[in-house]
This record gives sequence, C-alpha cells and structure tokens, in this order.
Amino acid sequence: MSRPLLDVRNVSKAFGGVIANRNVSLQVKRGEIVGLIGPNGSGKTTLFNSIVGYHPIDAGEIWFKGEEISRLRVGAIARRGLLRTFQQTRIYGRMTAMENMLISLPERKSGFFDLLHSRHSVGIERAKELLEFVGLYSKRYHYAGDLSFGQQKLLEFAMALINEPDMLLLDEPTAGINPTLINGLIDRLRRANEELGITLLVIEHNMRVIMNLAERIYCLAHGEMLAEGKPEEIRNDPRVIDAYLGAH
Amino acid sequence: MNKRLVSILAVVALGLLGLFGPWLFPAYVSQFSKLWLFIVLALTWDLVGGQMGYNSFGNIVFFGIGMYAAAVVQVGLYYPVAAYTAAKGGGTEFVFDAAQFYTGLAVGLPVGGVIAALVALLLGSLILGMRGHYFAIATLGLAVAAGELASGWEFIGAGSGMVTPTPPDSIDTTILFYYLSFALAAVTFGFLAWLYSTRYHLAINAIRDDEDKAEAMGHRTTRNKIIAWALSAFFLGIAGGIYGNISKFIDPIDVAFNGAEIGVWMILMAILGGMGTLWGPVIGAAVFYITKELFWTFLLGWQRVALGALIVIIVVFFPQGIVGWLKERWPEIFGPTEEEMEAADARKGS
Repeated sequence: MSRPLLDVRNVSKAFGGVIANRNVSLQVKRGEIVGLIGPNGSGKTTLFNSIVGYHPIDAGEIWFKGEEISRLRVGAIARRGLLRTFQQTRIYGRMTAMENMLISLPERKSGFFDLLHSRHSVGIERAKELLEFVGLYSKRYHYAGDLSFGQQKLLEFAMALINEPDMLLLDEPTAGINPTLINGLIDRLRRANEELGITLLVIEHNMRVIMNLAERIYCLAHGEMLAEGKPEEIRNDPRVIDAYLGAH
Repeated sequence: MNKRLVSILAVVALGLLGLFGPWLFPAYVSQFSKLWLFIVLALTWDLVGGQMGYNSFGNIVFFGIGMYAAAVVQVGLYYPVAAYTAAKGGGTEFVFDAAQFYTGLAVGLPVGGVIAALVALLLGSLILGMRGHYFAIATLGLAVAAGELASGWEFIGAGSGMVTPTPPDSIDTTILFYYLSFALAAVTFGFLAWLYSTRYHLAINAIRDDEDKAEAMGHRTTRNKIIAWALSAFFLGIAGGIYGNISKFIDPIDVAFNGAEIGVWMILMAILGGMGTLWGPVIGAAVFYITKELFWTFLLGWQRVALGALIVIIVVFFPQGIVGWLKERWPEIFGPTEEEMEAADARKGS
C-alpha cells in the first residue's frame, strides 16, 4: 500500500480546558479528494490549523510527503507544498487581483534575489490563465478588497493554485458563494484535482457539495473522529446521522 | 496626460531644481540641503511604515548611528578618536587637509550606512518577529536608549558631543553638502523606484495587507521585514553622516538621536504626502519642511504650537496623504487606468 501524502496520527489539541481534537487520525493519499465534515465546534478548523502549523499540537504526529511536519512553522510547511484557504477569506485587499496572483507564485525554491526580478517578468501568463479559470479575468486589475465575498473566495482559490501545491486544504470553499455558481466551483475543484494533480482535503457544510465531490469523507464530532468512509457509507452511518446530519 | 508622463515630468523638474538649486536659491542652499535629507528620511521611513505596514518609531536610531559612525571614521583615519573627542575636536594638532577631508567623507559616509544597516539586521532579528503594534511599541524606546548610551560613551564625546572634522577654508562645504544631500536623495529615490518595480515590493505589500496570509503562502516574512528595515537603515545612516557634517557638531540627544523631533517628523512627512506611495514621502517632506521653516521664521515662539496644529490637521484631514487625495480627485492623472496597467503587462510580460 502506498504511503499517504498526509498522515495525521493521533493528534490532540486543547485550548485551556477545552479539548478541540482528541486522538484524531486521518490519511489522505496523493490524488484524492477527501471531505471533512462535522457539526459546528467539532474541531475541523482546529485540525486544519494544526496540520498547517498555526499552533503546536499537544500530542500526536503529522507527516507530509514522508516527512514529519508536526513542529514546523506555517511558512516552512507551505513551502513544502501544503497550503490552506481560510473560512474567512484572506486576500491582500489593497493589491489588485493580478498582484495577489503574482505574489502567490511559489517561493519554496527561490531565494531572496529571485524577489528582485521585475514583478512583470514571472508568472503573468499563468496568473491570467488561472484568473480565467476561476472566472475573474475581467476583474484582474480591481483591488482585491473591492471584490465581492464570493469573488474573493475564488481569488483565494486561484492564489492557492498558482502556488502549485501538492495538497490544498479548503475550509468551506462554497460558503458565501452564490448558489448558482456552486456547481461551477465543484467543477473547478475537480479539475484542479484531475488536471493539476492537486490533492484536496475539504471542510464543507454543504452536504450536496461534499457528497458529490469527495471520494472519502471523515466525520468529526466533539473533537473526535467519529467515522470514515465513502460518501454513501457516511450518509447512511447512524452515528453520523445522529451526531451531525440528524441535527439538521 | 497620464501618470507615467506626470512622473517623468516631476523627476525632470526635481532633477533640474536639484542641479541648479544653488544658483536659483543662493540664500537658501543650507535649507535645501536639509530638505533633500528630509526627503531621504521620509522615503526610508515609508519603505517600512508605509509599504510594509510596520510603524517604526525607532528609525532615528539608524540616522544617529550613521552620523556617529561617519564622524568616527572621518577622524579615525588620521587621528586617535579618543584624543580628538577629549579635545572637543579643537587644538592645532587636529587639522584636516582637503585630501584627508574628502577621503574621510568618501569612506565615512558609506561606512555609516553599512553600520546602520548591520545594526538594523541585528535589531530586526530580535524584534521583527513581533507583529504590527507590538513592533511599534518595541521601537519606541530605541531612540531614548541610543541617546543615553551615546551620552555615556567617552570615546565619541559622551554628553559633550562630537565635533565633525573641520575642512580647510578652500572647501565650500555649503555647496559640497548640498550636492551630497541631493545625490543621496536622488539615489534613494531611484533605488526605491526600482525596488518598487520588483516582486519584493509585492512581498512587503503582502505583509502590510495580511501577514498571516503571506506566511501561509510560504513567504519568508521575517526575512523580508528585516531586509526592508536594513535597506531603510542604510540610506538613513548615510543621511545621518551628511547631516552631522552639516550641523558640524553631534549632540547625542538633540542632533543624533532626536526622536522627539526628527524621529517624529519623518513619520509625519510620509503620512502627509501619502503612505505606501513613491511620491508621497517626497511631496510630504517638501510641504512639511517648507511649512516648518515658515513657522520657525514667522511664528517664532509659537512655532511648536503651529506645528502641533499642523500635525492634527494632517492626521484628521489627510489620512490618505496628499498623493492619496490627488489620486482620488484626479484619478485620470494620478491613478493608473486599467488600460495602462494592462498595456504595461503586455509590454513587459509577454
């Protein structure tokens, strides 16, 4: 059996007396699209933050591409090809959409002197392609802060793509997106996976989206891993229905 | 008229003003020397405070360090520094001929810049791990600490200060330091214009807009911040070296590490002109310096009150600065159009 691209082993994280994650394990193989669901407060975003190094974990190990990353900092993990997007969109608001793209080119192989190249000399065509890909080409010279929330989400997704990550952690990618555009976004996520080879781990509350998109799904409840399986298995798992789906 | 043409015309006009200033305004050459240096102060502060969003109240430290370092090198190349400062720079044994004076400047000014930059690298690696406001607070005490340290260090004259080398009468220092100041302002402006055309500019803007995001995208944010501060310190150090020579006497509190005046002014000049822009600090420095000189001339006794009122007006009515206001008022002249930006991309990128 091939080694997982991301291997989360028995991770625990508490904030004071509140246990956000307890002995959580999760594996994602290269090329997969995996979903992560759970009720509000179940510890999904905390797990994301732990994986990408936003806070130290209390126990357990996190491995990425065969290397332990549990103690690495955010930037070092990102440079190894593991990126995330945020539930509340994070973009550079006072820069144009194009500038947001250009400064999101991968830095993992470049030194400081590569930053001294003209801002127009690297990645312009790729930035245009990806802005076209997410439907923001016509907005490329708009300040990112002036874009609608949904457009900012799409821009953040495009910024992640131009960084050429091996794996992308998406935190509620469809939240705030116009329902009529959601199918298009699902299609783009799938194409990013198939055409660009980016492995995806997706937190999503929209059950239609996650059941349609993911090959496997993990379900968290009260900080613990409740279930794992194919979408139809998760949909029919009485524990999941009780803890999560049944709550809706 | 587009933005590019406006910029070219402004550069040409400033260049001509700088070159022919001593003939155009012969009575104000010294004041113009300081104006060019104030432009350097505003430009270098804005690199860190405006472009990167890190408000430093400690940049005056690099100005003072450059001032002392340049003076020490100018003296130390030919005489024991301790003996020179103990004699308060006086005495017949401390004479500098023209060659010694020029050599001292040629070596001392760059050394002042380099030492200031090295100190910025060291300080930056200690405190630039802090974010935003915490960094600003950490820099507040730097100037006070540096002034106190200099006041207690006998080698550089301690509280009695240090006289800079006196040139022979054959050298017209007013003109010399005018052109040195102008050259430094021109080089600093040109360097920053180039730097702001690179990807590094986007990298420090990203820190300003969302440092967490920049880090999450793999940027080496701490390294980029430290380099920005060191670049700022380098030019500030040279400016300090020139300013010390213009002043002829370096007092540790009132000249070198004068955080309450020059240290604050460099921030105000950038805010007044427009933070995060190339031209803002230039315009801000000019407007501020000329206004300040007028206050000192015509409102003597009330000049600090008037300056305080000006500061309030700047912060309340010009939060975006003069350049920000111009961009909003006349975007067709001062703000880039989509077509211009697209054309620039097409020309340079493909």
